Amino acid sequence: MDAPPATEPDTEGVRDGIIRTRALTKRYRGGQLAVDGLDLTVPAGSVFGFLGPNGSGKTTTIRMLMGLIEPTSGTARVLGQPMPRGTRAVLPHVGALIEGPALYGFLSGRDNLIRYDAADPTADPRTRRARVAAALDRVGLTAAGGKKAKAYSLGMKQRLGLAAALLQPRRLLVLDEPTNGLDPQGMREIRSLIRELASDGTTVFLSSHLLDEIEQVCTHAAVMAQGRLITQGAVADLAAGIRGRLVVTTPDTGDAARVLKEQGASDVTVEDDRVTAEPPDRDLAEVNAALVTAGVRVRGFGVERASLEDAFVALTGEGFDVAG
Amino acid sequence: MSRAESRAESRAESRVESRAESRVESRVESRIEPRVDSQVESQAEPVGSSGVPAPRTPSPLWTFGLLRSELVTTFRRWRTLALLGVLAAVPVLVGIAVKIETSDGSSAGGGGGAGPAFMSQITNNGLFLVFTALSATLPFFLPMAIGVVAGDAIAGEANAGTLRYLLVAPAGRTRLLLIKYATTMSFCLVATLVVSLSALAVGALLFPLGDLTTISGTRISFTDGLGRALLIALVVAASLTGVGALGLFVSTLTGSGIAAMATTVGLLITVQILDQIPQLHALQPYFFSHYWLSFADLMRDPVYWDDLVKNLGLQGLYMAVFGSAAWARFTTKDVTA
Repeated sequence: MDAPPATEPDTEGVRDGIIRTRALTKRYRGGQLAVDGLDLTVPAGSVFGFLGPNGSGKTTTIRMLMGLIEPTSGTARVLGQPMPRGTRAVLPHVGALIEGPALYGFLSGRDNLIRYDAADPTADPRTRRARVAAALDRVGLTAAGGKKAKAYSLGMKQRLGLAAALLQPRRLLVLDEPTNGLDPQGMREIRSLIRELASDGTTVFLSSHLLDEIEQVCTHAAVMAQGRLITQGAVADLAAGIRGRLVVTTPDTGDAARVLKEQGASDVTVEDDRVTAEPPDRDLAEVNAALVTAGVRVRGFGVERASLEDAFVALTGEGFDVAG
Repeated sequence: MSRAESRAESRAESRVESRAESRVESRVESRIEPRVDSQVESQAEPVGSSGVPAPRTPSPLWTFGLLRSELVTTFRRWRTLALLGVLAAVPVLVGIAVKIETSDGSSAGGGGGAGPAFMSQITNNGLFLVFTALSATLPFFLPMAIGVVAGDAIAGEANAGTLRYLLVAPAGRTRLLLIKYATTMSFCLVATLVVSLSALAVGALLFPLGDLTTISGTRISFTDGLGRALLIALVVAASLTGVGALGLFVSTLTGSGIAAMATTVGLLITVQILDQIPQLHALQPYFFSHYWLSFADLMRDPVYWDDLVKNLGLQGLYMAVFGSAAWARFTTKDVTA
């Protein structure tokens, strides 16, 4: 494995991933292994979905990437710089929403943003008010900007958290469940905002448990379970990894099931007027012809493509219990 | 300025557009399209060259901007104002009590000098109310207020989750700690000045002002007395820096603001009690509260410096020890709150 020196130029590191971790591991003091040998590569310009059940180590990973906690072993590079050592150089280019928004309840929404902006060493105080106003506008909070943050609803807090991440032009946005608590309208706006940011060249690292959301906005995804990375790659490839199922809709389910078995389909199941099966390794047109020849009245014939949800469940298991 | 405006405009436009689009698009299309588009884009042009802003350099004065933000945030809190209000009320209560007690012509604290120092002199000169109020609030009210503000400084932010956003801004851990420290010190000063000014106002309203007699028996002018009052206020504020450092260290240990405040105030009370136990006299010179009341020596003529210097040295020691402990802890801590 190549081990480039810390002083390497910024762009060099970004070329092989705007975020890149190698054997990143975090063991908490109690002995609990939260993240175990993570090798994550987030390509520049991607919208990267970070998936995993609750307690799978997503947030711990994000905290290590943001320099909030120190890895037990392994390395994390963000924008080509090692973290947490490079926080001062890297983080001004990163907007983050980590584990939900956190606000000063006794300050107005606008003053919250002004405070966070004041904490950024690279933020120009002369443009602060204008940038805060623009960020509020971007998340649709202009009218509520003067209200005390403790009077905000969960969705409004979420929007304000996003606004804080958008105070400056960013190269990387790390968004941990950004649509949490938003109404459908808000979710839609956030999604289109993410697409818009991505088309400006911002890399978006999006952690979510809404698979639908990941499927709609993400180009790449990674799946974690129990602290380990199960898979990563382009979203299309992930879903394609799971074979679709052949679905025949017919009133003659018994005959259809028999013919499908004859044609080489496995795992044939019948529910109501639908017969589903693993498609056989032959031209499906011939399978359909065989059905019709056998006198099966076919209403519908096709392959249902696996959704990301199927892929996700196949990878992480059906179990509902949080891993201990 | 203009960049922000133009961004706001283009954003408004594209938001409208994208909304309209996504409504028209069928769901199947929207699933496929963005994926393909952005993949092609990301392969075609590396982000390093496309529309990425030039690296921004920190303004040398940004630390003061953050300090200002911290001060404003602290002093705008309802809790801070309530603490200052309680502190301002103490001299009012003392002043009124003395006024009522002496309304029949007897002298205040006449029963053998019990009560805070300088109490008996208030009726002669309102300026002494400043000294009385400071000696009344220094053992408990002032350090308690400092304990609340210092204890909450880091732990309160961790509790609210705002700490992680300050750190990813990135405020920088050492810098944030120094700023919290400076704010705690400013609060020590402001709290002491609030007590002093409130006492001065009440004293001037209820009692005569004029030349005053020092503890040594010499007379000094009122202006000279005011100067000494200011000096005493500064020394009292400095006496509190040790507690402030201790509170800030405790604050880095926990993620709960309440726990940090309670621990700091608990330590304060414990030390005050231990300072009263004669068997511990070997340890007592190292208690941060041991030389607190030495500020009265400033009212001697000439000033007796020994204990004052010991007090300031001790506070400096506390600041150094607990300041470094807080730094060591905070810069290596995993921020999981």
